[in-house]
Amino acid sequence: MGLNTLQRRLVNLAIAIVVVGVLLWVPQYFGSTQTTLWAQAIYYAVAAMGLNLLTGYNGQISIGHGAFFGVGAYTTAILMENSNWQFLPTLPVVVIVALVLGAAFGFPALRVKGLYLALITLGLAALFPDLVNRFASKYGTGGTSLIQPPRVLAPTWADSFIDFDDQYRYYMALVIAIAMFLLAANLVRGRFGRALVAVRDHEAAASILGVNVARVKVSAFAISAAYAAVAGALSVMVEGSANAGKVEVFQQSILFLVAVVIGGTATVAGPAIGAFVVVFAQDFTKDLIDDKPVLSPALFGIVLILMMYVLPDGLGGGVRRLAQRRRAMTLSASVPPGAP
Amino acid sequence: MTLFLQQLMNGIGNGVIYASVALALVLIYRTTGILNFAQGEMALFATYVTWQLEDWGVQIVLAIVLSMAIAFVTGGLIELIVIRPVEQKSPFVILIVTIGLFLAINSLTIFQFGDDERQLPSAFGEGAWKVGDVSITANFSGLVAVLVVECAVLWLLLQKTKLGLGLRAVASNPESARLVGISSGTMLMIGWAIASSLGALGGAMYVPTTPALTSGSMQAVLVYAFAAAALGGFDSPLGAVVGGLVVGVAEALAIEYVEPLHDITLVVPFVLIGVVLLFRPTGLFGRNVVERV
Repeated sequence: MGLNTLQRRLVNLAIAIVVVGVLLWVPQYFGSTQTTLWAQAIYYAVAAMGLNLLTGYNGQISIGHGAFFGVGAYTTAILMENSNWQFLPTLPVVVIVALVLGAAFGFPALRVKGLYLALITLGLAALFPDLVNRFASKYGTGGTSLIQPPRVLAPTWADSFIDFDDQYRYYMALVIAIAMFLLAANLVRGRFGRALVAVRDHEAAASILGVNVARVKVSAFAISAAYAAVAGALSVMVEGSANAGKVEVFQQSILFLVAVVIGGTATVAGPAIGAFVVVFAQDFTKDLIDDKPVLSPALFGIVLILMMYVLPDGLGGGVRRLAQRRRAMTLSASVPPGAP
Repeated sequence: MTLFLQQLMNGIGNGVIYASVALALVLIYRTTGILNFAQGEMALFATYVTWQLEDWGVQIVLAIVLSMAIAFVTGGLIELIVIRPVEQKSPFVILIVTIGLFLAINSLTIFQFGDDERQLPSAFGEGAWKVGDVSITANFSGLVAVLVVECAVLWLLLQKTKLGLGLRAVASNPESARLVGISSGTMLMIGWAIASSLGALGGAMYVPTTPALTSGSMQAVLVYAFAAAALGGFDSPLGAVVGGLVVGVAEALAIEYVEPLHDITLVVPFVLIGVVLLFRPTGLFGRNVVERV
């Protein structure tokens, strides 16, 4: 059965409502630790969405988004710790800082493509912890780069439906994430989204069609940096600290990319699915082998490789292929025998 | 002047190591078009093998040669088993697979050899000569000699042997190479095997210049090697060597003479790449690709 546009929209709407319903119910069901894990998946999803705008839709590979994530985290943490700001007012500042930095980084990236760009962004991820150590450690505990601002607590008006503070933080992250995803969905569907894809698929052709290639690429960088930074800010709210160890920043950068690819590049739902898979797969492999925690990254790595064998175009792509196969089957079944 | 020469030598010493690993990266990139994120970790594992052999009493040079042989075999096997199934897939997929390898090899290495700090002696001993006020260590001379030999052997292999011809043929056009009867699969495997043993050599050279061998030892080297390869142009072995030396020297001089860069020396290679790529987007020695609309 082919669905027309209206039906497909209704199906999508129904799926969205169910997903949001489940997400709203999660912290009511789970305890504090599990809720925090879900909240983690939510901010990973925001960062992955940002990277998806850049890598999936615009074709610019970045392995350095851990740095933009960190910029967001540190902006929020320093404003809260040092200037006694509330969490929410820091978000506009985070967005502005990241937009400016992202654009500043996007300009040199104009000259560099593909692999080279991936490497330069990797440098960004490698460099960021050193910069933080140099410039931000005066705010941290005991002169380290670890900053622990006051926790975000549930307000009294929310008492009726909030049992513990992690719940409140989860809902806060969820609302912001949903807003960011709606924004991204609108962005990619509109004029700007088409320009992103056109530039990815063929730069020269896009520019002949009147797309301002430079502006589109720099904007893509700035916007995706802002997404990563908001995710960083959310992480400070959820975890209660900002940190930039060498390993962590590198790992985050990788994981964002992994989430995008696993979920399916250039789809709106893909990064969210990918982020959940990444966070939960990591948590799952953590306790899989008793008293051998060193092996969990090995398991995670092997899971990644196997996943790429089975679903090279991500979970989103796999579902799409399955749907296509079914459609083809129903089509061939509905053709009456003897028809040309 | 003495200080300058000394720093220059330190820089060249490090540069040789970066060049070694960058050569491995370039070799794999040229034959398979893959950027191997796991290169550093493969070298890490091989370096631990070297350490283990040395710890068992094997003479250090012999231990390095043995671990290069082991790395040669494992590198080929990794290509055959892990990379082969995704070779034709999108660059994203291959990127994720090498990242998976990176994580897996790193944690298997820790599992196998433990996370304690290990000491690896230099293959060239601790001697040093005085020339004027400048002291030239045996290690430094050894490193330079190794790089020269490495380049010569690679050049002879790629330019003067039938195997090298096959490797280059597959790199430049896999389709046509297959049509004239070259087994591209075997060539790719050999490419990975050679790259893997180059990495093993690089690791064994690098670790004695650092305080200790740990599970994170090769990650910084990988970043520098990436920088070197990008600087030189990703498809040029000569570029990798020049890039490695430039990065090493620039880093060493910056540490000594630019006070504000003191603990953020990583800035150096990346500012350098940024500047070079602004003027030559495919690196110093990279080929320009003409695009057709």
